Amino acid sequence: MSLMDYSKVLSKKTCNIKPSGIRKFFDLLETMQGVISLTVGQPDFPTPWHVRDAGIFSLEKGYTYYTSNAGTLELRREISKYLSRRFDIEYDPKTEITVTVGGSEAIDIAIRAIIEEGDEVIVPEPSFVCYGPIVSLAGGKAVPLETVEEDGFKLTAERLKSAITDKTKMLVLPFPNNPTGAVMTRRELEKIAEVIRNTNIIVLSDEIYGELTYNGRHTSFASIDGMHERTILTSGFSKAYSMTGWRLGYVCAPREITEQMLKIHQYAIMCAPTTSQLAAIEALKNGDGDIEMMKAEYDRRRRYIVDGLRDCGIPCFEPDGAFYVFPKVGVFGLSSEEFCERLLYEYNVAIVPGTAFGECGEGYARVSYAYSVKHITKALEQIKLFTEKLRQEQQQ
Amino acid sequence: MNDILKLLEKDAHLTPEMISSMLKKETGDIKKYIDECEKDGTIVGYQAIIDWDKTDREYVTALIELKITPQRELGFDRVAEKIYNYPEVQSLYLMSGGFDLAVIIEGKTMRQVAFFVAEKLAPMESVVSTATHFVLRKYKDKGFIYGEGEIDMRDECL
Repeated sequence: MSLMDYSKVLSKKTCNIKPSGIRKFFDLLETMQGVISLTVGQPDFPTPWHVRDAGIFSLEKGYTYYTSNAGTLELRREISKYLSRRFDIEYDPKTEITVTVGGSEAIDIAIRAIIEEGDEVIVPEPSFVCYGPIVSLAGGKAVPLETVEEDGFKLTAERLKSAITDKTKMLVLPFPNNPTGAVMTRRELEKIAEVIRNTNIIVLSDEIYGELTYNGRHTSFASIDGMHERTILTSGFSKAYSMTGWRLGYVCAPREITEQMLKIHQYAIMCAPTTSQLAAIEALKNGDGDIEMMKAEYDRRRRYIVDGLRDCGIPCFEPDGAFYVFPKVGVFGLSSEEFCERLLYEYNVAIVPGTAFGECGEGYARVSYAYSVKHITKALEQIKLFTEKLRQEQQQ
Repeated sequence: MNDILKLLEKDAHLTPEMISSMLKKETGDIKKYIDECEKDGTIVGYQAIIDWDKTDREYVTALIELKITPQRELGFDRVAEKIYNYPEVQSLYLMSGGFDLAVIIEGKTMRQVAFFVAEKLAPMESVVSTATHFVLRKYKDKGFIYGEGEIDMRDECL
């Protein structure tokens, strides 16, 4: 018998964090065999060969040392050029860009550099699951702000106004959005900017899916008039260049903020992996074509899966970004979790309940299309059988 | 419309309905276009790409370089026709460079291929010389890498 009383030693803040609802569903999945999964949050393309080759070459040359804390200057310069080339935003590679271990670390240090005990952070939901827990660890309070299908799951100025209090210190802007696929246009972002222009609110703009915007170009919040000075932009290589396992991202912010984030980064991380950094330079220099190729492929699958789900009688909002659709599975009278569990147990297809991304995700489910068309087709056939059965049950 | 052909070139399994969803075009138009392409020979055929090494079928593939004397008014076409009509010939290309025709042949054994070269190709009047190269291993064909199955290595991660 252990003599250790862990309840007395473990951090209360950490213990109070709820495990992610996505994780819960994945654990369920692992107990089953032969499941057709539409759950992953990562691209199915391998990293483009020229990028992998650059990583391999760097190892052959023996580039296996730490880089400077903020990342190699060459990579920061390339990031700066890339952001200017693709999104018309200017960041100084020397003082405003930090290379991180994935977009996740970027989000972490951004929140920790800003949030103190009692601060409120507005988090539009449904959204990715990491913001709330990181805010809690920093002593802040995440304030979920519902977005709804009628607004295309976008954040509106009215909703934002209603959530702002004198404790609000940060607004998270998770667009293009995981799980809904919603995208905010320049006009819509300008309205958000209007609301916060005369406040002291910092915007954490998580633009990791920025390159996966299907109707028109992605607008970075930092490019909106007057917003550069109050925006912390986080992004990375995972989604744009299909480099999830390389764990490489970056965070861009005014010098004053970057200096503080860099302290956290250097004490906690030292520097992002050198091999990944050197491969990323190749991606930025010669990878624009890869982005376009992958985006075109996702776009075709996106249309295909939306049609397929609608054909099953599931209303499906047409997403403009990322690689997820967020169908309204609630029309069959089941909760999201019931729908997803029955689909899994009875028809061997896995999708993630919308509630994993916030309470307001009830009635919806996240379906990833980062899969081959053949795989998606198989899954759709099963979903069709399931919905037919549900309709029969409803009639009885 | 090249979009449709590009999709089919990668995956001939796609139905007009699927292509219609993917490209947001009318299914009827797509059917009509594919029909036309099949009729006018733009779409030459459909086939599966098979790694025979995973089966017990015995076979060899050879690439044969041919130097040819072109014929007056007919150039290489007449001799090319004579060659491609043999069912053993999988592919035939007119080449620039050190030789004229590249013939890809499949046979059961090396002996059978050698026999075909010696008996059918070499004696042709306009064939000046032949050089036969046997394929030892196929790594990639028509964009597909051999030996790889459909394994999804992605783990479920937040």
